[in-house]
Amino acid sequence: MADAAEAKKYLGQPVERVEDEILLMGKAQYSDHLPTRAGTQHAAILRSPHAHAKIISVDTSRAEKMPGVTAVMTGDDVREMSEAFLIVLRQPINQWALAVEKVRYVGEPVALVVARDRYIAEDALSEIDVVYEPMKPAIDQEEAVSDDAPIVHETVGSNVVSTRNFSYGDPEAAFAEADKVVKLKIRYPRNSQTPLEGFVVTADYHPGEDLYDVASNYQGPFTSHPVMSMALRVKNSQLRMRTPQWSGGGFGVKVQIFPYVVLICIASKKVGKPVKWVEDKLEHLSAAAAAPNRLIKMEAAVKSDGTVTGFRFDQQDDYGAFLRAPMPGPLYRMHGILTGAYDITNLAVTNRVVMTNKCPSAMVRGFGGPQMYYAIERIMHKVAVELEMDPLDVIRKNLVPAGVFPYRAAAGALLDSGDYPAAIEKAVEDGALDELKKRRDERRAAGKKYGIGYAAIVEPAQSNMGYLSNILPRDERQRNPKGGAVANATVNVDPLGTVSVTADSIPQGQGHMTILSQIVADVLGLTPDHIKVNLDFDTAKDAWSIATGNYSSRFSSATAVACQKAAEKVRAKLSRIASQTLNVPPDQLEFVEGKIRDTSNIENAINFYRAAGSAHWTPGNLPDEMEPCVRETGSWSPPELESPNDKDQINTSLTYGFVFDFCGIEIDDDTGEVKIDRYVTLHDSGTLLNPLIADGQVHGAFAWAVGCALYEEFVYGDDGSFLTGTFADYLVPTSWEVPEPEIIHMESPSMVTPLGAKGIGEGNCMSTPVCLANAVADALDVDDLTLPLTPAKISALIHGEEKPPTNDTIAADTSTKGEGNVLQGSGETVVPGEPQDVWDTLLDPEALAAVIPGCHKLDQVGDNSYEADVSLGVGPVRGRFKANVALSDMIEPEKATLSGGLIGPLGASRGSGHVTLSAADGGTKVAYDYAIELSGTVASVGGRLLEGAAKALVNQFFQRLGAQVGGEPVTGDEPWWRGLLRSLGLVK
Amino acid sequence: MPQLNKGAHHPVTLTLNGDEVTGHAEPRMLLSDFLTHEIGITSCHVGCEHGVCGACTVLVDGTVMRACLTLAVQADGTEVETAENLASDDGELSGLQQAFKKHHGLQCGYCTPGILMSLTAYLKENPKPTEEELRDMLSGHLCRCTGYVGMVKAVLDYCENQET
Ligand code: FES
Ligand code: FES
Repeated sequence: MADAAEAKKYLGQPVERVEDEILLMGKAQYSDHLPTRAGTQHAAILRSPHAHAKIISVDTSRAEKMPGVTAVMTGDDVREMSEAFLIVLRQPINQWALAVEKVRYVGEPVALVVARDRYIAEDALSEIDVVYEPMKPAIDQEEAVSDDAPIVHETVGSNVVSTRNFSYGDPEAAFAEADKVVKLKIRYPRNSQTPLEGFVVTADYHPGEDLYDVASNYQGPFTSHPVMSMALRVKNSQLRMRTPQWSGGGFGVKVQIFPYVVLICIASKKVGKPVKWVEDKLEHLSAAAAAPNRLIKMEAAVKSDGTVTGFRFDQQDDYGAFLRAPMPGPLYRMHGILTGAYDITNLAVTNRVVMTNKCPSAMVRGFGGPQMYYAIERIMHKVAVELEMDPLDVIRKNLVPAGVFPYRAAAGALLDSGDYPAAIEKAVEDGALDELKKRRDERRAAGKKYGIGYAAIVEPAQSNMGYLSNILPRDERQRNPKGGAVANATVNVDPLGTVSVTADSIPQGQGHMTILSQIVADVLGLTPDHIKVNLDFDTAKDAWSIATGNYSSRFSSATAVACQKAAEKVRAKLSRIASQTLNVPPDQLEFVEGKIRDTSNIENAINFYRAAGSAHWTPGNLPDEMEPCVRETGSWSPPELESPNDKDQINTSLTYGFVFDFCGIEIDDDTGEVKIDRYVTLHDSGTLLNPLIADGQVHGAFAWAVGCALYEEFVYGDDGSFLTGTFADYLVPTSWEVPEPEIIHMESPSMVTPLGAKGIGEGNCMSTPVCLANAVADALDVDDLTLPLTPAKISALIHGEEKPPTNDTIAADTSTKGEGNVLQGSGETVVPGEPQDVWDTLLDPEALAAVIPGCHKLDQVGDNSYEADVSLGVGPVRGRFKANVALSDMIEPEKATLSGGLIGPLGASRGSGHVTLSAADGGTKVAYDYAIELSGTVASVGGRLLEGAAKALVNQFFQRLGAQVGGEPVTGDEPWWRGLLRSLGLVK
Repeated sequence: MPQLNKGAHHPVTLTLNGDEVTGHAEPRMLLSDFLTHEIGITSCHVGCEHGVCGACTVLVDGTVMRACLTLAVQADGTEVETAENLASDDGELSGLQQAFKKHHGLQCGYCTPGILMSLTAYLKENPKPTEEELRDMLSGHLCRCTGYVGMVKAVLDYCENQET
């Protein structure tokens, strides 16, 4: 048999993608395009405007009566029809698909409307009345661990739900004998790669079979499949999960769809019809997923020559309100490789898992790596600064040396291959570091703030399914050991000899179809366009296991290998068939250009399709005991992925690539903007299966990393309100901000995976944020840097903190400091009429109703207290709110204090204000001030618009007040926001 | 001007990629929903529904429009062009599409049809943009997968090889 390696015609080549044609034509069917059965209903979700509150009551009666509404569900329904989701930790943290008893973050689902169409479903949301009793939230992760912090889960009794200590080597001795101990405190922010396409779920419950049939853009890992089926109280086989061929990006985030899968499943069961739900962007940004923010206190034990002899990590991950599987993965996925690219044998680690009133954390590209490497590479930089060494020399001095692979890192990672020192020298040479240094000198000489940063990291791929076991004490995990990582792929040859492939990789745009077609084409001597790869997935029909899915860069070392194995089985079978016809032993055959032929006489050949066809058309003629048809499944799990040993060492991933980056940045003195001047990134990802696709993965990871370094952060107010609910608030880099990085490749084939390929799609998520931060540290000579490095933060470093504005009319303060998302203002105006007339108007419910913009109804509910029904809106969101207003401190007709709140599906607010009336020329002078706290949708999306909106609203109120007092008709038809739009010139 | 009633379904007729199509829309229905769920095309992707990402971009009477910020009833009587129209009738990709393929200008493809439509209009006005001009124009679109490298190369390469 010809050596398979020799026959590699396509693998390793920059083959153009087979995916592209249909995508470019706009003909690909994503989840939202999948056909649905007639009668399919549409769902919309009512979400919490509060970070932390008791749910006192939910009244759905009005919503249920609306024409077109099929059902409204609340936490009670969910509790009746499903179980709380299973979690990794043994802690009573119960999450259901809708909030039960309490809400724990802004955006938490509270009720579900099922209706004839989505528009009606959304209308009905405003007809649901929820009464909340707000509680103090735990927002900041450092404050959340203090004794008097509000508790997110009372049943646990503390916001710290897990603490584990680990020690490897002799860290005590290393630190005792160190010449210097370098310390650093890091706060890594919350962010997410936010795929353009949101979640889509369609569920159809089949009563006769007690089966839930689900189509969704779930991306795995399928460890969460049993989590869903157990929540639904069915066997795994009764939850049929189908995913389409096309997904609009995943980045890990799309595992987090699973609570919604369960929600829509029970909705379908309840209404007896298929139900579809499509997530919108605000829902996605506020409630889908965020990489956990992490607090790291790190120490390095250092010798005066720059040798680092030990690391101490105190890591505290903030998982938000719930621990959804596979959380707390980000804290443990990198565990084996906590020493990074360095030969450091002494390591002490404390890991804490903290709960707060924020969106539950989740799987996001990089999965714990960005946080960890931010600490490691910042501290290596700081070691250099403190020892007055070149940062690159400190890196060089501590690297895992050449020639020691496979190398067992302190915490258990088995580094499979590489030559880190050579890689760095190659990058320095090919990436022209010398020139960059010259450029820095020149720019600095010209008075510019220019810096160079470095980062050296090890990029893990294909997670060991046992990596989370380390969170359990030894004896507990030994009772139920977990390890391994299974991959499956199937190659089928039909009666006419055409080849199709299915596999378990659930692609999210990476080009898996292309690479699998390259692999199979090579093994079977065909061309990639002969191989039809179908990666839509169906748990009822496809081979799968718990490791199935798209995460941890598992494709090239897992699914690709399984596919190679399946193709080899097909080849072996066809070789036996052909051997019978051609009369030569199977190992003397080669597969070339659609033929199977005798290597010693290439005329002695049979067409591929004929050999395959005989397994279908003439099974009676097959060699002895051979089964008919040609359909082979390859399954593989690498033996290196064992469960943790009794020293807590674990090989957390299968392959370990190496990435070394350096960059030059310049800081604009006036604006504080960080401009990336040059960026060089070296990757040793083992054998490259398709260099075009590999570079695409690097480009994509790099772009997101630039976002993480400079722009992206999920921001919360101190009251837990979510402030970044649109792409205009959560800033994502565009083509203008992302330069093209210079990529350098090196290939040290992996020994632990048959194709020699490692992961490549996550490296820059880990290396780039810290490389850029190191460059900023170099430019400004500072060491306390918190991402994202926005112009405001950099300016504060250069010029000192900005002073708050001293605007005495209306100032909208939407910053995260102080009181959360507070809108304050004051002003005065003159309205016609005597103070007494104005006073009377303000106290007359009917007159007041006419004056309040957007007021539909106002009832007096007590002495000087009112309840109103008003329509309000800010920017893209408008909705109906219930308002409660009370007047106090009343001195007739001079002054009064107003206090109260608004609540509606779009958010809540509480506030108070003062009104003073005095006689003035031409009427009454009304002076006022107010302070309003906002949460919910309005706060999430309206931040930038609030100031103008408040001004318009207040103006309108007084105009109308004047008109009412003066006896003119109040022009009530035009909503106030139209006035705002007009003043902005947006409408006529 | 016809009066549009809340809740009523109004007929909307437009010329979509050269063919007349008719569907029904409530006054508040977005053009993006109309094209996808009423007419049944698959290229008008909704990435943000608030006008920032550009994934829903189509041409309305030759002008670049965000379909998520346009009401279906506004498009009544117009000519709408979408990415389905770019390849030739027998399925051959246009030069620009081929360049995207060659330079790996897309990954998940969700942003791609919108970007192609913006480029279609833009390159008519400015057939040989500099990289800087091109990056400026593309900054009206978000792509979360590619880092924009492949698409910038694709467009520059395509323009280079265009007869002017
Ligand atoms: S969906 Fe229209 S711009 Fe984003
Ligand atoms: S290719 Fe996925 S968003 Fe652009």
